[in-house]
Amino acid sequence: MSAKVAIAVFVLLVVLHHDTWNWDNRSLWLGFIPAGLGYHAFYSMVCAGFWALVNRFAWPHRTEAWAEGGEGV
Amino acid sequence: MTTFFILVAYLALLIGLGLVSNRFFRGTSADFFVVSRSVGPFLLLMSIFGTTMTGFAIVGSTAKSYTSGIGVYGLMASWSGLMHSAVFFAVGIKLWAIGKRHGYVTQCEFFRDRFESPGLGYLLFPILVLLVIPYLLVGVIAAGKFIQPTTAGLFPAAFPMPSLANGDPHPLSGGIPPWLGSGVICLIVLFYVFFGGLRGAVWANTFQTMVFMITGVIAFYMISKSLGGLKAASESVAASDFGSARLSREGMMGKLEFLSYALVPLSVGMFPHLFQHWLTAKSARSFKLTVVAHPVFIMIVWLPCVLIGIWASAYLGPPGEGQSPNSVLGRMVGQLVHSPVLSGLVGAGVLAAIMSSLDSQFMCLGTMFTNDIMVRRFGAKRFTDSQKIWIARGFILGVVGVTYLLSLALMNSAHVFDLGVWCFSGFAGLFPLVVAALYWKRTTAAGAYACVVSTAVVWCLLFYRDIIAPKSAGAASDETLIFGLMPVAIILAVSAASLVSVSLLTKKPADETIRKFFV
Repeated sequence: MSAKVAIAVFVLLVVLHHDTWNWDNRSLWLGFIPAGLGYHAFYSMVCAGFWALVNRFAWPHRTEAWAEGGEGV
Repeated sequence: MTTFFILVAYLALLIGLGLVSNRFFRGTSADFFVVSRSVGPFLLLMSIFGTTMTGFAIVGSTAKSYTSGIGVYGLMASWSGLMHSAVFFAVGIKLWAIGKRHGYVTQCEFFRDRFESPGLGYLLFPILVLLVIPYLLVGVIAAGKFIQPTTAGLFPAAFPMPSLANGDPHPLSGGIPPWLGSGVICLIVLFYVFFGGLRGAVWANTFQTMVFMITGVIAFYMISKSLGGLKAASESVAASDFGSARLSREGMMGKLEFLSYALVPLSVGMFPHLFQHWLTAKSARSFKLTVVAHPVFIMIVWLPCVLIGIWASAYLGPPGEGQSPNSVLGRMVGQLVHSPVLSGLVGAGVLAAIMSSLDSQFMCLGTMFTNDIMVRRFGAKRFTDSQKIWIARGFILGVVGVTYLLSLALMNSAHVFDLGVWCFSGFAGLFPLVVAALYWKRTTAAGAYACVVSTAVVWCLLFYRDIIAPKSAGAASDETLIFGLMPVAIILAVSAASLVSVSLLTKKPADETIRKFFV
């Protein structure tokens, strides 16, 4: 995953956050979790998965190496 | 009394933690301010998460979902899961790298050098301090507001309250009053920060984050069990006149408002206390766990709080006389968790969440005053390491005192959630500054000044209009929206436009400066 792909998926996640289709949905998923809340709880887990992929495939190696070459405290 | 003794034991444990962390203190200012840049992945995750989750997340989220429904999770929690990690990844790692390479400890030091302008630090310092104070108030007020209902009835002779108009006893009668609860919390945090520095804060945050996550799950289980189980609790909301609307976002919030809340979590990019925590990392790889686990940790904390909030709308009904939404969590725990031991543990968990933010905020203010004002003004050689540490401690003491006095004045008027959002909006308004400093070589000092000044002016105007100016009769009491958008959208747009336009109109920075800060 290049940085450009990561940014494209990030933008897609921003769009998917705006779940207007759940706006007036009062039904309960699994009998207890309101649909709009369940969707966003699932969304949080998808975000974690996305960031795991970004760490794996788009890690800033150059920045890391640059920092380690400095004097610091 | 068992509940009370558990709270006391927990606070005593924190004092002990402060004393132990003091034994590991290396005696240098680098150790006091940034733990000698030695923090690994787990401690970094726990300390950063503990710092970002405050009374705002625990007490405020329950209160806000009680009044505004399940949309509160989308407004703050799921947006934060995406945006916080983005900021940690794109801003935090870069700032850590620059801080490590050039030895920075505070934001002002970085911005001064990046924009070749000593004056920028003096301009930023008071603005950052003034924005941190409302954030501190969120924690201090939330602590006092939570302790009172949790201890209600324990001290009827010491803290009586007049009966309600209908003759019923006041539900908070006998509880430790907010002025005392908030004061004790301030003193405990002050103690372990005073003696342990940022190491004390990191250790305490890690311990407290574990405590509030575990006890939160326990409280959620106990409350749902008392309400007849998960299904029965949520079905009672659907059947409730006051509660049913809270199962969706319709009528509770606007769609543009929901969208524009995306900008609020950008505030973490300019939080001075998070900047300081990022600099404690041993290596860039220490960030990996934080970036991935943060959205899930937010979910673990917020999902139960939001559910408890909507369940409260059915169980407690509309707020009665003298009842603030901020007391909803305390009332639910007090009325539904019948085990005094569990009540005590849950109470300790809520206080843990609150204190794990207060400590870092106190610490960063002391660090900023020492490095950005005193050392800058009188020179690095003027003070020994020991003197720097005592200057920081003195300033922390002053800030704690001022915050406590302000909390007394605002205790009964401030809505924890709204105060927090205003604080976050101010920091988010400054977000273009840090992004431009890291990614746009053409940014100039004049552009940076324009960004800071325009943010301050717009924030003050909107804050005055929403919080201070008298409201006309019948005016909506909830958040101020501008064209349906949160004020943060306006503040951020003005800030970014000022930065870009003024930078383009002024002379670009020296090549030497660009080489120093760009890989």
